[in-house]
Amino acid sequence: MKAMYLAFGAMIVITIGANYALHEIGMSTADQGSTSSTVRLD
Amino acid sequence: MLRILLAISLIFGLAVSAGAQDSTTATDSMDRSSTGGATTLEDILRRQEGLQVDPEYRRSNTGSADAAADITQQLGTLGGASESDVFRALRYGTADISVTSRSPAAGTIIQDGGIWWLQAREGWLATYGAYLLGGTLVLLTMFYVLRGKIRIEGQSGVSTILRFTTFERFGHWLFAGSFLILGLTGLLTLFGRKVVIPLLGHDAFSTIAIASKWVHNNISWAFMLGLIIITVNWIAHNIPNRLDLVWLSKAGGLFSKGVHPPARKFNAGQKMIFWGCVVLGVSISASGLSLLFPFELPMFAKTFAVLNSTGLPQLVGLGTLPEVMAPQEEMQYAQLWHSIVAFVFMAMIFAHIYIGSVGMEGAIDAMTTGEVDTQWAKEHHSLWVAEVEEADRAAAAKAGQVSPAE
Repeated sequence: MKAMYLAFGAMIVITIGANYALHEIGMSTADQGSTSSTVRLD
Repeated sequence: MLRILLAISLIFGLAVSAGAQDSTTATDSMDRSSTGGATTLEDILRRQEGLQVDPEYRRSNTGSADAAADITQQLGTLGGASESDVFRALRYGTADISVTSRSPAAGTIIQDGGIWWLQAREGWLATYGAYLLGGTLVLLTMFYVLRGKIRIEGQSGVSTILRFTTFERFGHWLFAGSFLILGLTGLLTLFGRKVVIPLLGHDAFSTIAIASKWVHNNISWAFMLGLIIITVNWIAHNIPNRLDLVWLSKAGGLFSKGVHPPARKFNAGQKMIFWGCVVLGVSISASGLSLLFPFELPMFAKTFAVLNSTGLPQLVGLGTLPEVMAPQEEMQYAQLWHSIVAFVFMAMIFAHIYIGSVGMEGAIDAMTTGEVDTQWAKEHHSLWVAEVEEADRAAAAKAGQVSPAE
Protein backbone atom coordinates (compact mmCIF):
# COMPACT_ATOMS: atom_id res chain seq x y z
CA MET A 1 0.00 0.00 0.00
CA LYS A 2 3.05 2.23 0.43
CA ALA A 3 3.27 2.94 -3.32
CA MET A 4 -0.39 3.97 -3.39
CA TYR A 5 -0.07 6.40 -0.48
CA LEU A 6 3.14 7.75 -1.98
CA ALA A 7 1.35 8.36 -5.29
CA PHE A 8 -1.54 10.12 -3.57
CA GLY A 9 0.94 12.29 -1.70
CA ALA A 10 2.73 13.10 -4.94
CA MET A 11 -0.63 13.98 -6.48
CA ILE A 12 -1.27 16.59 -3.79
CA VAL A 13 2.25 18.02 -4.08
CA ILE A 14 2.02 18.22 -7.90
CA THR A 15 -1.43 19.83 -7.73
CA ILE A 16 -0.35 22.57 -5.33
CA GLY A 17 2.98 22.97 -7.09
CA ALA A 18 1.35 23.31 -10.51
CA ASN A 19 -1.00 26.00 -9.23
CA TYR A 20 1.89 27.93 -7.70
CA ALA A 21 4.15 27.56 -10.75
CA LEU A 22 1.46 28.55 -13.27
CA HIS A 23 0.48 31.53 -11.18
CA GLU A 24 4.10 32.63 -10.87
CA ILE A 25 4.75 32.53 -14.61
CA GLY A 26 1.50 34.35 -15.35
CA MET A 27 -0.15 31.48 -17.22
CA SER A 28 -3.61 31.65 -15.77
CA THR A 29 -7.06 32.11 -17.24
CA ALA A 30 -7.47 35.36 -15.36
CA ASP A 31 -4.35 36.82 -16.92
CA GLN A 32 -5.33 35.66 -20.40
CA GLY A 33 -8.75 37.25 -20.27
CA SER A 34 -7.86 40.48 -18.54
CA THR A 35 -7.62 43.82 -20.23
CA SER A 36 -4.49 45.86 -20.48
CA SER A 37 -3.59 48.02 -17.49
CA THR A 38 -3.78 51.03 -19.80
CA VAL A 39 -7.50 50.48 -20.40
CA ARG A 40 -9.92 52.17 -18.01
CA LEU A 41 -12.96 50.07 -17.24
CA ASP A 42 -14.83 52.51 -14.99
CA MET B 1 -0.96 5.55 -36.74
CA LEU B 2 -2.01 7.48 -33.64
CA ARG B 3 -2.95 10.44 -35.80
CA ILE B 4 -5.14 8.26 -38.04
CA LEU B 5 -6.84 6.69 -35.02
CA LEU B 6 -7.50 10.13 -33.55
CA ALA B 7 -8.77 11.37 -36.89
CA ILE B 8 -11.21 8.48 -37.31
CA SER B 9 -12.49 8.79 -33.75
CA LEU B 10 -12.83 12.53 -34.16
CA ILE B 11 -14.99 12.07 -37.24
CA PHE B 12 -17.34 9.66 -35.49
CA GLY B 13 -17.35 11.76 -32.36
CA LEU B 14 -18.43 14.83 -34.24
CA ALA B 15 -20.85 13.06 -36.55
CA VAL B 16 -23.92 13.82 -34.46
CA SER B 17 -23.18 17.49 -34.02
CA ALA B 18 -21.78 18.32 -37.41
CA GLY B 19 -24.55 16.38 -39.12
CA ALA B 20 -27.02 18.83 -37.71
CA GLN B 21 -25.01 21.76 -39.00
CA ASP B 22 -24.63 20.51 -42.52
CA SER B 23 -28.20 19.69 -43.47
CA THR B 24 -28.73 23.16 -44.85
CA THR B 25 -28.50 23.00 -48.58
CA ALA B 26 -32.27 22.82 -49.07
CA THR B 27 -32.64 26.59 -48.91
CA ASP B 28 -29.67 27.52 -51.08
CA SER B 29 -31.82 28.28 -54.07
CA MET B 30 -34.50 30.13 -52.14
CA ASP B 31 -35.81 33.26 -53.84
CA ARG B 32 -35.34 36.28 -51.55
CA SER B 33 -35.93 38.98 -54.12
CA SER B 34 -39.10 40.05 -52.32
CA THR B 35 -37.04 41.13 -49.31
CA GLY B 36 -34.11 42.44 -51.28
CA GLY B 37 -31.99 39.44 -50.28
CA ALA B 38 -32.87 39.62 -46.57
CA THR B 39 -34.55 36.99 -44.41
CA THR B 40 -37.93 35.87 -45.73
CA LEU B 41 -41.01 34.59 -43.93
CA GLU B 42 -40.15 31.12 -45.17
CA ASP B 43 -36.71 31.35 -43.50
CA ILE B 44 -38.35 32.29 -40.21
CA LEU B 45 -40.90 29.48 -40.47
CA ARG B 46 -38.16 26.96 -41.20
CA ARG B 47 -36.26 28.05 -38.09
CA GLN B 48 -39.41 27.84 -36.00
CA GLU B 49 -39.85 24.26 -37.21
CA GLY B 50 -36.32 23.50 -36.07
CA LEU B 51 -35.03 23.15 -39.65
CA GLN B 52 -31.64 24.44 -40.65
CA VAL B 53 -31.37 27.55 -42.81
CA ASP B 54 -28.22 28.14 -44.81
CA PRO B 55 -26.82 31.42 -43.40
CA GLU B 56 -24.77 32.14 -46.51
CA TYR B 57 -27.23 34.76 -47.80
CA ARG B 58 -26.62 36.70 -44.58
CA ARG B 59 -22.94 35.92 -44.23
CA SER B 60 -22.12 37.59 -47.54
CA ASN B 61 -24.68 40.38 -47.19
CA THR B 62 -22.48 42.91 -45.38
CA GLY B 63 -22.82 45.97 -47.59
CA SER B 64 -20.66 47.25 -50.38
CA ALA B 65 -18.73 50.46 -50.96
CA ASP B 66 -19.91 50.34 -54.57
CA ALA B 67 -23.48 50.65 -53.38
CA ALA B 68 -22.70 53.55 -51.03
CA ALA B 69 -25.25 56.29 -51.10
CA ASP B 70 -24.13 59.81 -51.77
CA ILE B 71 -22.78 61.63 -48.72
CA THR B 72 -25.81 63.85 -48.66
CA GLN B 73 -28.24 60.94 -48.49
CA GLN B 74 -29.20 58.47 -45.75
CA LEU B 75 -26.44 55.95 -44.87
CA GLY B 76 -24.08 57.80 -47.08
CA THR B 77 -21.47 58.14 -44.32
CA LEU B 78 -21.50 54.38 -43.61
CA GLY B 79 -19.89 53.68 -46.95
CA GLY B 80 -22.61 51.45 -48.27
CA ALA B 81 -23.17 49.38 -45.13
CA SER B 82 -26.31 49.67 -43.04
CA GLU B 83 -26.26 48.86 -39.33
CA SER B 84 -27.65 45.43 -40.15
CA ASP B 85 -24.83 44.94 -42.63
CA VAL B 86 -22.29 45.91 -39.96
CA PHE B 87 -23.79 43.54 -37.38
CA ARG B 88 -23.83 40.70 -39.91
CA ALA B 89 -20.14 41.32 -40.60
CA LEU B 90 -19.45 41.25 -36.85
CA ARG B 91 -21.50 38.11 -36.41
CA TYR B 92 -19.73 36.19 -39.15
CA GLY B 93 -16.26 37.49 -38.30
CA THR B 94 -15.66 39.48 -41.49
CA ALA B 95 -15.74 42.97 -39.99
CA ASP B 96 -12.46 44.87 -39.99
CA ILE B 97 -12.21 45.92 -36.35
CA SER B 98 -9.53 46.71 -33.79
CA VAL B 99 -9.76 46.29 -30.01
CA THR B 100 -7.65 47.43 -27.08
CA SER B 101 -8.00 44.26 -24.97
CA ARG B 102 -5.02 41.92 -24.76
CA SER B 103 -7.16 38.80 -24.97
CA PRO B 104 -6.75 36.91 -28.27
CA ALA B 105 -10.49 36.38 -28.42
CA ALA B 106 -11.44 40.02 -27.81
CA GLY B 107 -11.59 40.70 -31.54
CA THR B 108 -14.62 38.45 -31.84
CA ILE B 109 -17.56 40.69 -30.96
CA ILE B 110 -20.31 38.18 -31.75
CA GLN B 111 -19.50 34.45 -31.73
CA ASP B 112 -22.11 32.76 -33.86
CA GLY B 113 -21.17 29.19 -32.89
CA GLY B 114 -21.63 29.76 -29.17
CA ILE B 115 -25.30 28.84 -29.04
CA TRP B 116 -24.75 25.63 -30.98
CA TRP B 117 -21.99 24.65 -28.55
CA LEU B 118 -24.09 25.47 -25.51
CA GLN B 119 -26.98 23.39 -26.84
CA ALA B 120 -24.65 20.50 -27.67
CA ARG B 121 -23.00 20.63 -24.24
CA GLU B 122 -26.27 20.67 -22.34
CA GLY B 123 -28.07 18.44 -24.84
CA TRP B 124 -26.64 15.43 -26.61
CA LEU B 125 -23.25 15.51 -24.86
CA ALA B 126 -24.71 15.26 -21.36
CA THR B 127 -27.50 12.91 -22.42
CA TYR B 128 -25.43 10.35 -24.34
CA GLY B 129 -22.57 10.66 -21.85
CA ALA B 130 -24.92 9.75 -19.01
CA TYR B 131 -26.34 6.85 -21.06
CA LEU B 132 -22.84 5.55 -21.73
CA LEU B 133 -21.75 5.61 -18.09
CA GLY B 134 -25.08 4.33 -16.79
CA GLY B 135 -25.22 1.61 -19.46
CA THR B 136 -21.70 0.45 -18.59
CA LEU B 137 -22.59 0.18 -14.91
CA VAL B 138 -25.74 -1.79 -15.75
CA LEU B 139 -23.78 -4.19 -17.99
CA LEU B 140 -21.13 -4.74 -15.32
CA THR B 141 -23.80 -5.38 -12.70
CA MET B 142 -25.48 -7.89 -15.01
CA PHE B 143 -22.13 -9.57 -15.63
CA TYR B 144 -21.52 -9.83 -11.91
CA VAL B 145 -24.98 -11.28 -11.30
CA LEU B 146 -24.62 -13.85 -14.09
CA ARG B 147 -20.95 -14.80 -13.75
CA GLY B 148 -20.25 -13.96 -10.15
CA LYS B 149 -16.80 -13.28 -8.79
CA ILE B 150 -14.09 -15.06 -10.75
CA ARG B 151 -12.41 -17.22 -8.10
CA ILE B 152 -8.97 -18.76 -7.89
CA GLU B 153 -9.71 -22.33 -8.92
CA GLY B 154 -6.59 -24.13 -7.68
CA GLN B 155 -4.96 -24.26 -4.27
CA SER B 156 -4.37 -20.68 -3.17
CA GLY B 157 -2.53 -19.22 -0.20
CA VAL B 158 0.63 -21.31 -0.63
CA SER B 159 3.01 -18.69 -2.00
CA THR B 160 3.09 -15.28 -3.64
CA ILE B 161 4.96 -13.78 -6.57
CA LEU B 162 5.93 -10.14 -7.18
CA ARG B 163 3.67 -8.85 -9.94
CA PHE B 164 4.45 -5.11 -9.93
CA THR B 165 7.37 -3.20 -8.43
CA THR B 166 6.90 -0.20 -6.15
CA PHE B 167 7.61 2.21 -9.02
CA GLU B 168 5.11 0.47 -11.31
CA ARG B 169 2.43 0.71 -8.63
CA PHE B 170 3.36 4.33 -7.91
CA GLY B 171 2.87 5.24 -11.58
CA HIS B 172 -0.42 3.34 -11.71
CA TRP B 173 -1.86 5.04 -8.64
CA LEU B 174 -0.66 8.48 -9.70
CA PHE B 175 -2.47 7.96 -12.99
CA ALA B 176 -5.51 6.24 -11.46
CA GLY B 177 -5.94 8.57 -8.49
CA SER B 178 -5.72 11.72 -10.59
CA PHE B 179 -8.04 10.20 -13.20
CA LEU B 180 -10.72 9.48 -10.61
CA ILE B 181 -10.59 13.02 -9.26
CA LEU B 182 -10.53 14.50 -12.77
CA GLY B 183 -13.55 12.38 -13.69
CA LEU B 184 -15.49 13.40 -10.61
CA THR B 185 -14.72 17.12 -10.90
CA GLY B 186 -15.40 17.00 -14.65
CA LEU B 187 -18.80 15.41 -14.10
CA LEU B 188 -19.62 17.97 -11.41
CA THR B 189 -18.79 20.74 -13.87
CA LEU B 190 -20.81 19.26 -16.74
CA PHE B 191 -23.84 18.15 -14.74
CA GLY B 192 -23.74 20.86 -12.08
CA ARG B 193 -26.55 22.92 -13.52
CA LYS B 194 -28.82 19.92 -14.06
CA VAL B 195 -28.05 17.82 -11.01
CA VAL B 196 -26.20 19.67 -8.26
CA ILE B 197 -28.04 23.02 -8.33
CA PRO B 198 -31.50 21.42 -7.95
CA LEU B 199 -30.14 19.32 -5.07
CA LEU B 200 -27.94 21.78 -3.18
CA GLY B 201 -28.80 25.22 -4.55
CA HIS B 202 -26.81 27.88 -6.36
CA ASP B 203 -24.63 29.01 -3.44
CA ALA B 204 -23.39 25.53 -2.59
CA PHE B 205 -22.79 24.71 -6.24
CA SER B 206 -20.81 27.90 -6.71
CA THR B 207 -18.32 26.75 -4.05
CA ILE B 208 -18.25 23.22 -5.49
CA ALA B 209 -17.75 24.51 -9.04
CA ILE B 210 -14.89 26.83 -8.06
CA ALA B 211 -13.17 24.03 -6.11
CA SER B 212 -13.77 21.53 -8.93
CA LYS B 213 -12.25 23.84 -11.51
CA TRP B 214 -9.17 24.53 -9.37
CA VAL B 215 -8.60 20.85 -8.62
CA HIS B 216 -9.34 19.75 -12.20
CA ASN B 217 -6.93 22.26 -13.71
CA ASN B 218 -4.04 21.55 -11.36
CA ILE B 219 -4.29 17.80 -10.80
CA SER B 220 -4.16 17.32 -14.57
CA TRP B 221 -0.35 17.57 -14.34
CA ALA B 222 -0.25 14.54 -12.05
CA PHE B 223 -2.41 12.71 -14.57
CA MET B 224 -0.05 13.55 -17.43
CA LEU B 225 2.98 12.52 -15.39
CA GLY B 226 1.25 9.25 -14.46
CA LEU B 227 0.46 8.66 -18.14
CA ILE B 228 4.13 9.06 -19.03
CA ILE B 229 5.22 6.70 -16.24
CA ILE B 230 2.80 3.89 -17.08
CA THR B 231 3.60 4.20 -20.78
CA VAL B 232 7.35 3.95 -20.21
CA ASN B 233 6.93 1.13 -17.66
CA TRP B 234 4.63 -1.09 -19.64
CA ILE B 235 4.73 -0.33 -23.35
CA ALA B 236 7.23 -3.14 -24.06
CA HIS B 237 4.90 -5.67 -22.38
CA ASN B 238 1.89 -4.49 -24.34
CA ILE B 239 3.00 -5.03 -27.91
CA PRO B 240 0.26 -7.14 -29.53
CA ASN B 241 1.18 -10.67 -30.66
CA ARG B 242 -0.46 -13.86 -31.91
CA LEU B 243 -1.02 -15.08 -28.36
CA ASP B 244 -3.56 -12.29 -27.94
CA LEU B 245 -5.74 -13.80 -30.68
CA VAL B 246 -5.90 -17.06 -28.73
CA TRP B 247 -6.81 -15.17 -25.58
CA LEU B 248 -9.50 -13.18 -27.41
CA SER B 249 -10.91 -16.28 -29.13
CA LYS B 250 -11.59 -17.71 -25.66
CA ALA B 251 -12.76 -14.32 -24.33
CA GLY B 252 -10.00 -14.65 -21.76
CA GLY B 253 -11.99 -17.34 -19.97
CA LEU B 254 -14.11 -14.60 -18.45
CA PHE B 255 -17.37 -16.26 -19.36
CA SER B 256 -16.55 -19.86 -18.47
CA LYS B 257 -15.04 -21.56 -15.44
CA GLY B 258 -11.89 -23.62 -15.86
CA VAL B 259 -10.77 -21.84 -19.04
CA HIS B 260 -7.42 -20.06 -18.69
CA PRO B 261 -5.84 -19.06 -22.00
CA PRO B 262 -2.08 -18.54 -21.64
CA ALA B 263 -0.76 -15.00 -21.24
CA ARG B 264 2.47 -13.25 -20.48
CA LYS B 265 2.67 -10.23 -18.14
CA PHE B 266 -0.39 -8.67 -19.75
CA ASN B 267 -3.21 -10.52 -21.52
CA ALA B 268 -5.07 -9.17 -24.56
CA GLY B 269 -7.77 -7.57 -22.39
CA GLN B 270 -5.20 -5.71 -20.34
CA LYS B 271 -3.41 -4.66 -23.51
CA MET B 272 -6.64 -3.16 -24.81
CA ILE B 273 -7.02 -1.23 -21.57
CA PHE B 274 -3.38 -0.11 -21.76
CA TRP B 275 -3.61 1.17 -25.34
CA GLY B 276 -6.99 2.71 -24.57
CA CYS B 277 -5.37 4.61 -21.69
CA VAL B 278 -2.48 5.76 -23.86
CA VAL B 279 -4.53 6.88 -26.88
CA LEU B 280 -7.37 8.43 -24.89
CA GLY B 281 -4.90 9.81 -22.33
CA VAL B 282 -2.86 11.61 -24.99
CA SER B 283 -5.98 12.93 -26.69
CA ILE B 284 -7.62 14.16 -23.50
CA SER B 285 -4.32 15.72 -22.38
CA ALA B 286 -3.97 17.58 -25.69
CA SER B 287 -7.50 18.99 -25.56
CA GLY B 288 -7.04 19.64 -21.83
CA LEU B 289 -3.91 21.69 -22.43
CA SER B 290 -5.80 23.64 -25.09
CA LEU B 291 -8.45 24.43 -22.47
CA LEU B 292 -5.90 25.07 -19.72
CA PHE B 293 -4.17 27.77 -21.76
CA PRO B 294 -7.11 29.51 -23.45
CA PHE B 295 -6.55 30.49 -27.09
CA GLU B 296 -2.84 29.57 -26.93
CA LEU B 297 -3.06 26.06 -28.37
CA PRO B 298 -5.72 26.01 -31.09
CA MET B 299 -5.74 22.63 -32.81
CA PHE B 300 -9.12 21.91 -34.31
CA ALA B 301 -8.99 24.11 -37.42
CA LYS B 302 -5.68 22.47 -38.31
CA THR B 303 -7.00 18.99 -37.50
CA PHE B 304 -10.10 19.61 -39.60
CA ALA B 305 -7.92 20.79 -42.50
CA VAL B 306 -5.96 17.53 -42.30
CA LEU B 307 -9.18 15.52 -42.08
CA ASN B 308 -10.69 17.38 -45.05
CA SER B 309 -7.61 16.58 -47.11
CA THR B 310 -8.13 12.87 -46.43
CA GLY B 311 -11.70 13.04 -47.74
CA LEU B 312 -13.01 11.10 -44.72
CA PRO B 313 -15.50 13.75 -43.49
CA GLN B 314 -17.00 14.02 -46.96
CA LEU B 315 -17.13 10.22 -47.20
CA VAL B 316 -19.21 9.88 -44.04
CA GLY B 317 -21.53 12.71 -45.04
CA LEU B 318 -20.20 15.47 -42.83
CA GLY B 319 -19.27 17.70 -45.73
CA THR B 320 -16.23 19.93 -45.43
CA LEU B 321 -15.35 20.61 -41.80
CA PRO B 322 -14.65 24.27 -40.85
CA GLU B 323 -11.01 25.23 -41.31
CA VAL B 324 -11.32 28.84 -40.18
CA MET B 325 -12.59 29.37 -36.64
CA ALA B 326 -12.98 32.11 -34.08
CA PRO B 327 -10.72 31.57 -31.03
CA GLN B 328 -13.81 30.80 -28.94
CA GLU B 329 -14.91 28.18 -31.45
CA GLU B 330 -11.57 26.41 -31.05
CA MET B 331 -12.18 26.30 -27.30
CA GLN B 332 -15.71 25.01 -27.80
CA TYR B 333 -14.56 22.16 -30.01
CA ALA B 334 -11.78 21.40 -27.49
CA GLN B 335 -14.34 21.25 -24.68
CA LEU B 336 -16.67 18.95 -26.61
CA TRP B 337 -13.85 16.64 -27.67
CA HIS B 338 -12.41 16.64 -24.12
CA SER B 339 -15.79 15.54 -22.77
CA ILE B 340 -16.44 12.90 -25.44
CA VAL B 341 -13.04 11.30 -24.80
CA ALA B 342 -13.59 11.56 -21.03
CA PHE B 343 -16.89 9.67 -21.22
CA VAL B 344 -15.37 6.86 -23.29
CA PHE B 345 -12.36 6.80 -20.97
CA MET B 346 -14.54 6.60 -17.85
CA ALA B 347 -16.67 3.80 -19.30
CA MET B 348 -13.51 1.83 -20.08
CA ILE B 349 -12.06 2.44 -16.62
CA PHE B 350 -15.30 1.31 -14.96
CA ALA B 351 -14.73 -2.11 -16.56
CA HIS B 352 -11.06 -2.05 -15.51
CA ILE B 353 -11.91 -1.18 -11.91
CA TYR B 354 -14.57 -3.89 -11.83
CA ILE B 355 -12.34 -6.72 -13.02
CA GLY B 356 -9.45 -5.50 -10.88
CA SER B 357 -11.50 -5.46 -7.68
CA VAL B 358 -14.89 -7.07 -7.05
CA GLY B 359 -14.92 -9.01 -10.32
CA MET B 360 -11.87 -11.20 -9.73
CA GLU B 361 -10.48 -12.74 -6.56
CA GLY B 362 -6.83 -11.88 -5.97
CA ALA B 363 -6.49 -9.25 -8.70
CA ILE B 364 -6.43 -6.20 -6.42
CA ASP B 365 -3.28 -7.49 -4.64
CA ALA B 366 -1.25 -6.74 -7.75
CA MET B 367 -1.76 -3.03 -7.19
CA THR B 368 -1.87 -2.88 -3.38
CA THR B 369 1.01 -4.99 -2.06
CA GLY B 370 2.37 -5.90 -5.49
CA GLU B 371 2.49 -9.58 -4.43
CA VAL B 372 -0.13 -11.87 -5.98
CA ASP B 373 -1.03 -15.44 -5.14
CA THR B 374 1.14 -17.72 -7.29
CA GLN B 375 -1.88 -19.88 -8.15
CA TRP B 376 -3.77 -16.78 -9.36
CA ALA B 377 -0.77 -15.81 -11.47
CA LYS B 378 -0.53 -19.32 -12.96
CA GLU B 379 -4.20 -19.28 -13.91
CA HIS B 380 -4.19 -15.83 -15.53
CA HIS B 381 -0.58 -15.25 -16.61
CA SER B 382 0.91 -18.74 -16.94
CA LEU B 383 3.64 -17.80 -19.41
CA TRP B 384 4.72 -14.82 -17.31
CA VAL B 385 5.03 -17.04 -14.20
CA ALA B 386 7.14 -19.49 -16.22
CA GLU B 387 9.39 -16.60 -17.37
CA VAL B 388 9.80 -15.29 -13.80
CA GLU B 389 10.55 -18.75 -12.41
CA GLU B 390 13.06 -19.38 -15.20
CA ALA B 391 14.75 -16.04 -14.50
CA ASP B 392 14.88 -16.89 -10.77
CA ARG B 393 16.42 -20.30 -11.50
CA ALA B 394 19.00 -18.70 -13.80
CA ALA B 395 19.86 -16.10 -11.16
CA ALA B 396 20.18 -18.78 -8.48
CA ALA B 397 22.40 -20.89 -10.72
CA LYS B 398 24.58 -17.89 -11.47
CA ALA B 399 24.84 -17.07 -7.77
CA GLY B 400 25.77 -20.72 -7.08
CA GLN B 401 28.58 -20.55 -9.63
CA VAL B 402 29.88 -17.29 -8.24
CA SER B 403 29.73 -18.25 -4.56
CA PRO B 404 32.74 -20.65 -4.43
CA ALA B 405 35.01 -17.98 -5.86
CA GLU B 406 34.02 -15.39 -3.25
